[in-house]
Amino acid sequence: MSIDTDTAARIATLARIKVEEDALPELAQEFNTILGFIEQLGEVDVEGVEPMTSVTPMRLRRREDVVTEGGQQDKVLSNAPDAREGFFAVPKVVE
Amino acid sequence: MLDLTYDPPKPKVIAGAKHDWELVIGMEVHAQVRSRAKLFSGASTQFGAEPNSNVSFVDAAMPGMLPVINEFCVEQAVRTGLGLKAQINLWSAFDRKNYFYPDLPQGYQISQLYHPIVGEGEILVDMAPGVARKVRIERIHIEQDAGKSIHDMDPNMSFVDLNRTGVALMEIVSRPDIRGPEEAAAYVTKLRQILRYLGTCDGNMQNGSLRADVNVSVCRPGAYERYMETQDFSHLGTRCEIKNMNSMRFIQQAIDYEAKRQIAIVEAGGEVVQETRLYDPDKGETRSMRSKEEAHDYRYFPDPDLLPLEIEQAWVDAIKAALPELPDEKKARFVKDFGLSEYDASVLTAEAEAAGYFEKVAAGNDGKLAANWVINELFGRLKKDECDITDCPIPADRLGQIVKLITKGDISGKIAKDVFDIAYTSGREPEEIVETEGMKQVTDTGAIEAAVDEVIAANPAQVEKARQNPKLAGWFVGQVMKATGGKANPKAVNEIVSAKLGL
Repeated sequence: MSIDTDTAARIATLARIKVEEDALPELAQEFNTILGFIEQLGEVDVEGVEPMTSVTPMRLRRREDVVTEGGQQDKVLSNAPDAREGFFAVPKVVE
Repeated sequence: MLDLTYDPPKPKVIAGAKHDWELVIGMEVHAQVRSRAKLFSGASTQFGAEPNSNVSFVDAAMPGMLPVINEFCVEQAVRTGLGLKAQINLWSAFDRKNYFYPDLPQGYQISQLYHPIVGEGEILVDMAPGVARKVRIERIHIEQDAGKSIHDMDPNMSFVDLNRTGVALMEIVSRPDIRGPEEAAAYVTKLRQILRYLGTCDGNMQNGSLRADVNVSVCRPGAYERYMETQDFSHLGTRCEIKNMNSMRFIQQAIDYEAKRQIAIVEAGGEVVQETRLYDPDKGETRSMRSKEEAHDYRYFPDPDLLPLEIEQAWVDAIKAALPELPDEKKARFVKDFGLSEYDASVLTAEAEAAGYFEKVAAGNDGKLAANWVINELFGRLKKDECDITDCPIPADRLGQIVKLITKGDISGKIAKDVFDIAYTSGREPEEIVETEGMKQVTDTGAIEAAVDEVIAANPAQVEKARQNPKLAGWFVGQVMKATGGKANPKAVNEIVSAKLGL
């Protein structure tokens, strides 16, 4: 698989990262290097090997259905560039 | 257990300008889990709270915050799966669905794409007595809800409330087995009923606890049968997904509109484009959500913050053992044990509370008579008063007493309605009402005979007519009933009138 500049531009858009036009060829090349490495990993025979999900023998931690947090509107909004009447205020987004 | 048997309904056929068309519909229903806290945080799920007050730092996606799963939510998903006779996957896992939107602070939704917790199941969708569609369930997965954006508070800004962000949803995905707008609404109704029986979702569509995405495509008659034989989607038309509907009426209208739109495109030689659409109830039409298309590449990958979700068979078995009787079984039992029609049994089992109420009324009584009283008198009155069965002012055992008084012959059905009215409004005991108000039916033939004699003596002309035409005897019965204030036993009056008139 090879990433061209169009694909690199699309990935940047999806990730909401601004990449200048002239930087795209280099970005595409970096993607290709990464994908090349992953392809190399694909050569390892993992037939019958379960995917490893954790390095420690842990079970997913669970919580009880109890309300333990909330009531901190001021803190939640404190980093917002704009907040009004208890809401985050963002540039208009309408479908 | 007696199983009722059903025939599948006929698919809806829409006549196009050139030929007939059929609909193929699949649904994705988002059901909010009835939990106190959110799926991965300890913030409250309470509806209608002050904006951004039910928000933890996990929900607000503050850097470094980690999700910890609410075990109760997992249990509800398993419960729902068992209620839909579905396979429970002891090993499931969470994935990130990546997209940017102001009401999704993480920049991704935690969902289960590759390994959902619940696999294949089914729902029997009742259309009419003896007619039902078996709709296959493909999967149920657990995921986070997004926040809420409000667009009408400011001309230039949207306002975002994260209270709903991170609330647990069960996404229940059906196979494309639904064949018309009415079936689609009936499917949501049945699913909602089962969820409410299970108690896993409150089913409140107005508050958004239950929302449906509907996939609609059209095909020529016969094509669907070829799909069912082969499970090959190429026999079906291209589908469009109508997003986020929370009303049965809108679901039907949207499907109807969308089917006709697609038929017009295909008949004009065009091709339906697979896309996401939105139903506009004001205009009665669906329109494309172009913004959604752009971001359709969700770049799913396993969530590195969460280990796979492993559950034990013994736990699943314990949940299964604690399942309540579900609507289909309850309905079949009501038909069998109380001798009810399937229709009456459906009405009585629509809500678990109403079914429980009926069973108490029917205890020691004739099932059909009890059903008539619950459906016609009680439900009618509750509807008129806009009152819920859970707030019913007359307890079930008292309505049971009224039915018993009728059966014993103490009161007539007509008088029983008055007793019911008094008991319903005043909270008094039916037996006491009958006693105090002197409503007991007169079965003493002596008293009835005296009343009949009186009426006959006072109306010699009518007596002559009735002897010529026995049908007129009813007039005498009416007069006697009137004279006794409706308390005379109608059957006894009939017999005595006939005898005295020599008919």
